[in-house]
Amino acid sequence: MASLTARFGPGLGGTILLLVGLWLIGMVLAPNLMMLDFSLRPNLMPNQIGTDADRYTLANFIALFSDSVHRAIFFKTVWASALVTLTTLVVTYPLAFWLAKIATPRGMALALVALIIPFWINEVLRTLAWYILLAFNGPLNAVLLGLGIIAEPVRWFGDFGVLAGMVYAYILFMLFPIYNSISTLETAQIEAARNLGASTVRIHRRIVIPHAKAGIATGCVFTFMLAAGSYVAPALLGSPGSRWFTEIIYNWFFEGGNWNRGAAYALVLLVLCMLVVLAALRVFRVNLADVAK
Amino acid sequence: MSHSVDLIDIEMIFGQVRAVEKFSASVEGGEFFSILGPSGCGKTTVLRLVAGFIQPTAGRVLIGGKDVTGSGPHQRPTSMIFQSLALFPLMPVWENIVFGLEVRGIPKAERRKRAEELLDLIALPGFGYRMIHELSGGQKQRVAIARALAVEPQVLLLDEPLSALDLKLRQHMRAELRALQKRTGVTFIYITHDQSEALAMSDRVAVMSAGKLQQIATPRELYANPATSFVARFVGETNEFPGRVRGVSDGIAAVETRHGLLKGRAGPGLRAGDQAAVYVRPEAVSLETQNDNRIEAEAERLEFEGAVAILHAKAQDGQAVLAAIAHRGLGQAPVSGGAIKLSFTPAEALVLAHG
Repeated sequence: MASLTARFGPGLGGTILLLVGLWLIGMVLAPNLMMLDFSLRPNLMPNQIGTDADRYTLANFIALFSDSVHRAIFFKTVWASALVTLTTLVVTYPLAFWLAKIATPRGMALALVALIIPFWINEVLRTLAWYILLAFNGPLNAVLLGLGIIAEPVRWFGDFGVLAGMVYAYILFMLFPIYNSISTLETAQIEAARNLGASTVRIHRRIVIPHAKAGIATGCVFTFMLAAGSYVAPALLGSPGSRWFTEIIYNWFFEGGNWNRGAAYALVLLVLCMLVVLAALRVFRVNLADVAK
Repeated sequence: MSHSVDLIDIEMIFGQVRAVEKFSASVEGGEFFSILGPSGCGKTTVLRLVAGFIQPTAGRVLIGGKDVTGSGPHQRPTSMIFQSLALFPLMPVWENIVFGLEVRGIPKAERRKRAEELLDLIALPGFGYRMIHELSGGQKQRVAIARALAVEPQVLLLDEPLSALDLKLRQHMRAELRALQKRTGVTFIYITHDQSEALAMSDRVAVMSAGKLQQIATPRELYANPATSFVARFVGETNEFPGRVRGVSDGIAAVETRHGLLKGRAGPGLRAGDQAAVYVRPEAVSLETQNDNRIEAEAERLEFEGAVAILHAKAQDGQAVLAAIAHRGLGQAPVSGGAIKLSFTPAEALVLAHG
């Protein structure tokens, strides 16, 4: 704080502090506290607010875990998000390594353009593109049928559709942190390992992955949080069997009109995401400052 | 005896660039062989060809008499020390050293034991659990050497490993490398742009320029009888007097220069009428006047270096002439500004075709 005023003077330094404080309080703290407050109150008629019935209760949280359907969807969202994260990592890591260490400048420019241009279109439209591709009478089934790989059209919507749509939607969030961290690895280290006889698998296991750990952790945390909080992909590409927890939250707010229960559900999701971030950091033995970089 | 390395008519072309042209050399088993040249001359390319990181466009690489052209770096009995050392910063020293053994599936207990032995060899006992960033430059250097030696290579390839060290440490490491090479008997191929490094350590030196091999010789031979004008200029200090060859007889060539007729031992293939230059080392130039080759010059300044003093003089047309004057000759040395006569014997001068 002292260094801030020393660098920018009391006027500008104070303004920066004030803006950061306003942002933290107004945009982060206050909404979350309001959500907490909502989640701990019962859903009441307007005339009951302020009466004896209006007191703090854990009923909304208990409702979530005693409803077997909601509980199942919650846990499915957790592991399906983990699966999305893992799949995205598996798809992205070779690409990130190729971009960082093997690609020629020209190849890299082409690949980056091909990866980034689709992201100029908004997420809903991009997901709609997958909706068309994966449709029962869509191009994917047509191609597979034409090639004789499948005998009759496959219903892709559901778990597969959601997985494909999410992996595609979040690939850049995984790619860039990993690419950044691999590109800082000195190429001579890879050559030295190869020179000492290491196989490709061992080079990655012992040299590249440990070096890129912070980037991998960052990418995984981003992807997991985005996947767990995703709404568009499950709504468009899912089926009744692949409902996402965010859809239930949405329903409490906008269909069921029970904001209190919606807030409780959203809070549980928030806490889950925070736990996953902390666990990931612990597992990868990186700290928050590394991730922020 | 360690393996020999034979490079036969190697050509290496990267896109439009001809990095190495018609390079042939035979390195004997157990030899300390240096490749010397300015940066960008293709010497590192030659080393990477021997290691197997790249494959030659044409030509063959033989290690221990066996053709290894086309095989990768892990299939060759070579081990490389990189310019940046390329130690693994996330592993402790001992794991770095025996990484090559880990790869070969040697059990951990044995790896630890081997690491201890190698740490003793490089005089860093007890350093096994340090991290790389905790070591000094010279210690890192030695760890890199130990890591390369751990896989018991037949040929050790060194890519300017001393260039990042300060002068004092560099000189110390030179002696250490040389001693280590003698002790282990491994064939060393050493890349450097530092001629004093190459001359001090090597059994033989190959000089390269612009992708071409200039000469392979012992350090003494290289200094006394450079085969090309490039070698004469690149290895050690030299005076160069360009001119045209008037005639060659009994191995002595007479060259018409701006400073009169100068004579010297004729280099290979020299004929009357050729453009050539007379090369003479500063220590062969003296202030005595009874030698055959005489040059009139003006003394500019005398730089005292201890054992010798370097006299900087200007001959006709502003040609700079250097003369090294031994300590006991300093009495008669001019200080500055005077006209002087410098001379040297034909036996100590060399005439080479101008290249």
